[in-house]
Amino acid sequence: MTDIFDILGPVMVGPSSSHTAGAVRIGRMARTLLDGRPVRADIGLYGSFAETGRGHGTDRALVAGLLGMPPDDLGVPGSFAAAAEQGLAFTFRTVQLRGAHPNTAVLDVTAEDGRRLVLRAASTGGGRIRVEEVNGVKVDFTGDFNTLIVRHRDIPGTLASIARELSKFRVNVANMSLCRDRRGGGALMVLETDQRVSAVTREMVAEISGVERVTYYEREAD
Amino acid sequence: MALDSIAEILETARAERKPFWRVVLEADLEERETTAEASFEKMRMTWRAMVESVEEYRGDRRSLSGLVGGDGARMRDYAAAGDTLCGPYLREVIATALCVGESNACMRRIVAAPTAGACGVLPAVLVPLWRTGRTEEDEVVRGLYVAAGIGAVIGFRASIAGASGGCQAEIGSASAMAAGALTALRGGDGEQIGHAAAMALKNLMGLVCDPIAGLVEVPCVKRNVIGAVNAVSCADMALAGVTSRVPADEVIDCMGDVGRRLPAELRETALGGLAATPFGKSVKERMERGEI
Repeated sequence: MTDIFDILGPVMVGPSSSHTAGAVRIGRMARTLLDGRPVRADIGLYGSFAETGRGHGTDRALVAGLLGMPPDDLGVPGSFAAAAEQGLAFTFRTVQLRGAHPNTAVLDVTAEDGRRLVLRAASTGGGRIRVEEVNGVKVDFTGDFNTLIVRHRDIPGTLASIARELSKFRVNVANMSLCRDRRGGGALMVLETDQRVSAVTREMVAEISGVERVTYYEREAD
Repeated sequence: MALDSIAEILETARAERKPFWRVVLEADLEERETTAEASFEKMRMTWRAMVESVEEYRGDRRSLSGLVGGDGARMRDYAAAGDTLCGPYLREVIATALCVGESNACMRRIVAAPTAGACGVLPAVLVPLWRTGRTEEDEVVRGLYVAAGIGAVIGFRASIAGASGGCQAEIGSASAMAAGALTALRGGDGEQIGHAAAMALKNLMGLVCDPIAGLVEVPCVKRNVIGAVNAVSCADMALAGVTSRVPADEVIDCMGDVGRRLPAELRETALGGLAATPFGKSVKERMERGEI
């Protein structure tokens, strides 16, 4: 069933739920998954984002999200100046992508400590988003759930160990995906959960052998 | 229950002797596993954000393209003089629809209802009623459940996105939601709510989505006015006992079908309708040259 607060909502800064509110959420998702303050962002816009993005403030919205603002933050239109103050340098360009959703952005962001994240996401309507690629690995999640992203080595038992930790803390997995670049190589697990995943739980997951990195996106509060 | 049919909501309301809004609230409790108090408070916050979207309006703001801004203030000044064709309520409805639509275009905070482009319709009909003391806040919040229920059914059976259904899916849906809410607020029963929503949607059937340069500005802001005024007239008709001959669910299905038959040029692509007029094209060219 449709969430009635998707019908009456979101509360957001205009003018467009897909081109503005969704763009803020994409920027915020990139900041969360980078897990650090971004200092540089090269942003590629595709399709309608590239064509009508400026008039919809899509560019300002993406930067606002990278600065951690939510979609209803009145600072969204002034995000370029805020980025300058907070030391975030950014560029925009138009990109060509094959078979992509018409409202797609590709963000290449670098954190203070030099860590990099490349995220591809689409704004799918009504302010909702879908993350499609993280650092070259195909994924599919929306941020409608609490989302745990685990980068790990492709060795037997990792999934079972992670599932065991989550069940110990009574966290129910709503959706999950697991992709690897090659057998025995790097793998990326995305778990969407009904409950919040506490810092303690995340630490336990991070300590599982073969797990390289745990990032976490907590869905926006009601 | 799932909110996928107006007839089912009405049946449940009849069988369980509950008002329309309560059936919608209970569906929300099932869906989000929350309490009635938490749900109601969330809806109250949604309402307060709507009120704020009206109160924060300023006539000197302009949109990024410069095409939109100032008309809400113009209409308010004209209304204040008192010599209008419309009565006091309706002229406030018109002004409020313009104000909120413009605030949206100027990147101010609004409530998408059901979309950002149609965000002016519900506040336009509800805020003036509440401000003049003709309804209480709790009543309005219940009215918003009615609106949300109608919107959820439309979203499920047809569409609430201009890109898939044209403007009828955005302003038309908002108008149906507003007509239902108003009917409930004025003491109409479930059947009357259904008729008001059906009539509102029928009256805007076929409305195309043709935004100039693809921006949520022209003609979107003023279409909020027709959505709001249409809602008021349909609510009054329903309260007078006028009925929609075509049942609400059939009207909604039909709107979805008409939307699918609309050529792509008339579904938010900015390739047809007003966007393809010489004026519309000139705006697009100026935008491409970076002049606006």
